[in-house]
Amino acid sequence: MAKRFDIKDLNIYYGKFHAVSSVNLAVPPRNVTAFIGPSGCGKSTVLRSLNRMHEVAPGARVEGKVLLDGEDIYASTVDPVEVRRTIGMVFQRPNPFPTMSIRDNVVAGLKLAGVKNKKKLDEVAERSLRGANLWNEVKDRLDRPGGGLSGGQQQRLCIARAIAVQPDVLLMDEPCSALDPISTLAIEDLITELKKDFTIVIVTHNMQQAARVSDQTAFFNLLGVGQPGQLIEVDDTEKIFSNPSQKATEDYISGRFG
Amino acid sequence: MTAVLTDPNRPAQAPAFQKISTARQIKNRLATVLTGLTFLVAVIPLVWLLYTVISNGYEALLNGDWWFKSLKGVLPEQFTGGVYHALYGSIVQALVCALIAVPIGILTAIYLVEYGNNGRFARITTFMVDILSGVPSIVAALFVFALWVTTFGLETSAFAVSLALVLLMLPVVVRSTEEMLRLVPDELREASYALGVPKWKTIVKIVLPTALSGIVTGVMLATARVMGETAPVLVLVGYSRSINFDVFDGNMASLPLLIYNELLNPEPAGQLRVWGAALTLILLIMFFNLVATVISRFSAIKTK
Ligand SMILES: Nc1ncnc2c1ncn2[C@@H]1O[C@H](COP(=O)(O)OP(=O)(O)OP(=O)(O)O)[C@@H](O)[C@H]1O
Ligand SMILES: [Mg+2]
Repeated sequence: MAKRFDIKDLNIYYGKFHAVSSVNLAVPPRNVTAFIGPSGCGKSTVLRSLNRMHEVAPGARVEGKVLLDGEDIYASTVDPVEVRRTIGMVFQRPNPFPTMSIRDNVVAGLKLAGVKNKKKLDEVAERSLRGANLWNEVKDRLDRPGGGLSGGQQQRLCIARAIAVQPDVLLMDEPCSALDPISTLAIEDLITELKKDFTIVIVTHNMQQAARVSDQTAFFNLLGVGQPGQLIEVDDTEKIFSNPSQKATEDYISGRFG
Repeated sequence: MTAVLTDPNRPAQAPAFQKISTARQIKNRLATVLTGLTFLVAVIPLVWLLYTVISNGYEALLNGDWWFKSLKGVLPEQFTGGVYHALYGSIVQALVCALIAVPIGILTAIYLVEYGNNGRFARITTFMVDILSGVPSIVAALFVFALWVTTFGLETSAFAVSLALVLLMLPVVVRSTEEMLRLVPDELREASYALGVPKWKTIVKIVLPTALSGIVTGVMLATARVMGETAPVLVLVGYSRSINFDVFDGNMASLPLLIYNELLNPEPAGQLRVWGAALTLILLIMFFNLVATVISRFSAIKTK
């Protein structure tokens, strides 16, 4: 199930604007990789180009290769819809579908792909909600709208929705930034759980979070205004937080930045 | 300065807050009175209009035949007969118009919001829609007359009226639908894409249902609006005192047309019919607005 990413010489553009330059990065399977770095350095941009969400923005394009178990997801023969089915994504702000019930939200991916078998959908809904640590809180109100849950519950609902389609990789863009510390811990525990089955890439502004949940950490930085963001270094999380090889990384982590 | 304000050892001293100054009190009063007065100015004509129409026309509606009979064979001075034929015409012409204008309008709005990317073609379309919404109804009617009767050599009919109404309804539907679609957050579209759902399915299954309540309201209001249009019925169809079910052939009455014709009838019965038909038209439009409200209530997104 879980697959590895190899990012080769990835350059990302918004129209004429060169947002990120030459990223080289390997993401091993069943492993959590954290992206850290100052605002605007292109963490979200890199993350979104890993499941071809980047090209949804008008004029956006990439150069270079993103290999998923050796297969280039940007090859001209590859359907971006297929890529997104294989590589799930959780967004910064919880975004459940407002017209759907909790259950329908979870199985939305399957239902929209044409699965109709009610028994199977119910099974998937329960398994995914259990996987997202939400089952006990919502099992009595599966038919209520998803918008009626708390922010933390909504975010776990979105995680359940993402894992329901059984992706190989899960991308998370600051999944806890709108949540309280308790919900944050719940989601961090969940990430550690999910690591057994998925390859996970997470963007976070919270150093402790990166240190707690990730196995390797990639530090991105911006050399100047209008310049493209760059991957400064990537290493085991322990090494990055104790003994980084770049001075910029050390400055950023210890808060002596800018 | 700021150091003093934030010094924790020196709390704010009484009187920290002053009372509202007299000047501001006066200004506040003045503004309140002024807005109240303008409200009255706006409401008075409305109440007056409603009072006039109701007091002059309600008697006509009390007659049982009013809703179920046409004016076939009714003499100008007779108080019998009803507006069944005109009611049918008004509703059917508006519905045929909606049948054409709503799909085109909604698809145009979908194109503009989801596929146009604010490109050249999208901007031209928006500009055209803007122009169309500024076209007076008499011009729309003359255009259809020139096309339908002069160029194609076809007879005037209720369908020609509907075509002219389409020109008037289309920009309203495009505009309101466009607005509703733009209110759907991009995050929902992205959430759907991230599940591996293709774009067209995202639009059909996620975006449209989310915007549905607003779209339906817009369509109902637009339909109600075109029912009162008078220029197209004056130009494009003849008046008939009896019922005609055929949209494509022959004369067909409608409420505005009936009012216009009865105005030429100096008898008291004619005057009563004018006011009665006016009241009926108002009620019909109000009914559509009411249905719009009910539908939007029922299809609104629930959070609990
Ligand atoms: N849709 C877009 N169109 C044009 N430029 C964009 C777009 N999205 C992002 N950018 C630009 O790309 C650069 C990288 O943005 P990105 O959102 O990836 O930063 P980030 O590292 O995720 O920041 P943050 O930590 O604040 O989320 C920024 O300069 C930003 O202004
Ligand atoms: Mg970001």
